[in-house]
Formats: sequence, structure tokens, C-alpha cells
Amino acid sequence: MEVLEQFAQGDLEAFEILFRQFQGEVYRWIVRIVRDRGTAEDLTVETFWRIYRAHARFRPEGNFGAWARRIATNAALDYLKTARREVALPDNLAAPGLQRDPAVQREVLERIERAFRELPARIQVAATLALVEGESYRQISEALGISEAAVKSRVFRAVHLLRQKLKGLGVEP
Amino acid sequence: MTEANLEKIGELLKKAIPPVADRELKHDLWPQMLGRLAEQPARIPWFDWTLLAVVAIWFFLSPETIPIFFYHL
Repeated sequence: MEVLEQFAQGDLEAFEILFRQFQGEVYRWIVRIVRDRGTAEDLTVETFWRIYRAHARFRPEGNFGAWARRIATNAALDYLKTARREVALPDNLAAPGLQRDPAVQREVLERIERAFRELPARIQVAATLALVEGESYRQISEALGISEAAVKSRVFRAVHLLRQKLKGLGVEP
Repeated sequence: MTEANLEKIGELLKKAIPPVADRELKHDLWPQMLGRLAEQPARIPWFDWTLLAVVAIWFFLSPETIPIFFYHL
């Protein structure tokens, strides 16, 4: 508790203690979202930079880990918004469903990934955490700072948009 | 949208977006953090201050242009 109070007052040593204690947790959360280790490292530093700047807004009686996770999610979201892959999808492969041929299957999976990466960042993050990582709606809602109903809505929207994109590409999930 | 549909899409996504193999942080990021903390905050160029001063003077002399300015902003 004392460390949190010192941090809230802007103490650098207290910040270092918290950094060393939570950097691994923050990193693991971010890597789940951005799925790249180097980027996750950069975003971990970015997250703690934001945390340090916002020290005055932190309430020492609060949960530092949850607060850090929310800031990390926002940092990852900002990254995904600017780094979204704008890759044109080829339209010369009609692949209805997953094929048995490994080459075709790989191509279909690549299409699915690219279509997923083109979804709006907010929707993509909710869907990644819920559908790929299997996080609970409650945990996602805390990390995103929105209600569980809003998380479900984003996940459903992601699935709806993904199905539409894939249908347009001849992939019927 | 049924739960079965969600699960189906989820399974498909898990195949399409493979998990990051090793999720553990391999080294301490504190040195990078210190570097970031040591960076000087971005300075606002003199031109921006000049522009702000011109706009402020303009608003002072012609307050009726304020709504027009914000309309076009």
C-alpha cells in the first residue's frame, strides 16, 4: 500500500518497484492482443510511460494491476489502429470451407487472418481476447473499460463482419 | 448468432491466428523505461505559438468570426 501511495505522489523509486513487479504481466497481456513479441515489448514500455504520466490520477486504494491492464489495452488499441495491415486480398481463389488439401487450407487460413486483421481495432481486440484467447467477458470488459454487454456486442459484430468478408472471398465458415 | 456459431468461428480463428509460442518476457525492460523517462517532452515549435497568437488577436478584434472558425474547424 505504501508503494502505491508513493507512486501516486510521483515517486520514481516506487514506480520502479511497480514496473518490475508488473512488467511481465503487462507484457503477457499485450502480446495476447498484438501477437508480436517485439511490438509487445515496445508497448509495455509505452504503457508504463502512460502510467507514470498518469500517476496523479491513480488511487492508492485501487487495483494497480487492473489499472495497468486497462492502460495496456488502450496502448495496444492505439497501435492496432495505426498499424492495421492494408493488404489487398487476392480474389482468384474460391475456397468454400476448409479444404483437405493442406496448401488450399493454408491459403484459406491466411485469408481468414487477413480479413480478421482488417476489422476495426476495437472489435478486433474484443474478438481476439474472447474467441482466440478465451478470456471471460468480464475480464475483457474490465480491460476495455466497457460493459460486458458491450464486449458481447463487439464480439458478435466481429463475427458478423468476418463472415461477410469471408463470404465475399468465397470462404464459407 | 448462436453460441455454436461463435465457437465455430473461434476454432477457425485459433487455427488462422496461431498463439504466440512463448509469452514470457525474456529480459528486464527497465533500462528502456529509463531511456523513455529521460526523453525530453516534445517542445511546441515557435511557429505554433505565433499562429496561436495571431488567432487569439484575430478573435479579440473580430469576435463575430469565432462561430465561423469553429464551424469550419
